[in-house]
Amino acid sequence: MDRFDRHYNLKGFGLKSQQKLQEAKVLVVGAGGLGCPILLYLASVGFGKIGIVDGDLVSESNLSRQVLFGQNDLGKNKAEAAVQILLGKYSDIELVSIPEYLNKENIIEHLNDYDLVVDGSDNFPTRYLVNDACVLLGKPLVFGALYQNEGQVAVFNTRGIQSVNYRDIYPIPPSAHEVPNCNEAGVLGVFPGIIGSMMASEAIKLVSGFGVILDGKMLYYNFLNHSEYKIELTKDPQSEISRPKSANDLIQMDYQDFCGLSSQLNWEDVIPLMNEFGDTVLVDLRQSHEEPELEDIPFIRVSMDQIHLENAELTRTNTILLFCQTGVRSMKASKLLQEKYPDKYIRSISGGINSFDLNL
Amino acid sequence: MKLIVKVFGRISEEIGESEFMIERSDNIASLKGEINAVYPQLKDLKFAIAVNKKLSTDSDKIPEGAEIALLPPFSGG
Repeated sequence: MDRFDRHYNLKGFGLKSQQKLQEAKVLVVGAGGLGCPILLYLASVGFGKIGIVDGDLVSESNLSRQVLFGQNDLGKNKAEAAVQILLGKYSDIELVSIPEYLNKENIIEHLNDYDLVVDGSDNFPTRYLVNDACVLLGKPLVFGALYQNEGQVAVFNTRGIQSVNYRDIYPIPPSAHEVPNCNEAGVLGVFPGIIGSMMASEAIKLVSGFGVILDGKMLYYNFLNHSEYKIELTKDPQSEISRPKSANDLIQMDYQDFCGLSSQLNWEDVIPLMNEFGDTVLVDLRQSHEEPELEDIPFIRVSMDQIHLENAELTRTNTILLFCQTGVRSMKASKLLQEKYPDKYIRSISGGINSFDLNL
Repeated sequence: MKLIVKVFGRISEEIGESEFMIERSDNIASLKGEINAVYPQLKDLKFAIAVNKKLSTDSDKIPEGAEIALLPPFSGG
């Protein structure tokens, strides 16, 4: 007997299907609310090789739903911690940690090593990036995403370019303030477990040929009342226009900008923006001795050497405006924060406090 | 003849219901106009539209008695 004995006994699954799982190489994007249950099941059922890509660190607010991690993992990189934990459970699978965020520069290289991708990321720029790279490389993609008590699950790109992909449904991404993620909208710990388990099921069924997958379909699942709604997806020729057609095209794409998240702003736009979005946080990145002090506009002070640390006010808001003396530090900080929070609206104020006009 | 429209995610939150009825339009483009007139708060939201559980495009005709669904994107994970 071995640890897959129950799979061999299952009618319609058996040894052959199990062998397919053991030969398969899967990349899981994000080891968060969806990634944790996905990884637990893909490892337990015996996928041959599992890559885990995540540049984020485990923080306390993750622990209600990111069930791989516990209090002893706080501050650790999620990909590295996940590999350590799963290695402690199973010695018969290959586990690879990629402790960085996927971006247009590294994605092709990482995806090349795998047969399929399961996307448990938490932001639109990454979702479009992963979709486009999977279409380019012909890798099937298991997609899943959450909004409060509702989830979406789909399988894209099983038959190359004829298959439906994410852009066929959403050729134009929503604007930055339109769809809050779990940080802002909240989520009950168990729910990503349900959607993540559905995604793991789809990956298992896709590889083993067991049952019917959501190929070219999207399932909406409501956690509160168990209602389901399944849509048949169709190719939209329009969506092909903006999709990158080569690795070179993909490198040229600006996914932040495409998703309405480009980087600079002028002082005259600050007050209107703060009025429109009440949760806006204005951040002074300078040391406390630097002058002049900003007056009459509420701001918080987070110096450059602290900006990479966990900050409750920045985590909570969806809109972060950064300034320094001349605009150099704020540009650097905006890039750093945008990578950490890919779907927040983050802007560096052009010219810093030096370009602040008292007449505004 | 009215159509039933099922709504999800942020759209459901905006209008406070999981479905509503609306006057039938001939195609998707005019249905969008009708929806925006009744629910102006949806004007700036992006969503896909399904007719009888099938993803549609602007020029698609809407048969009598069709079930419509407004499908916003989710990103959380």
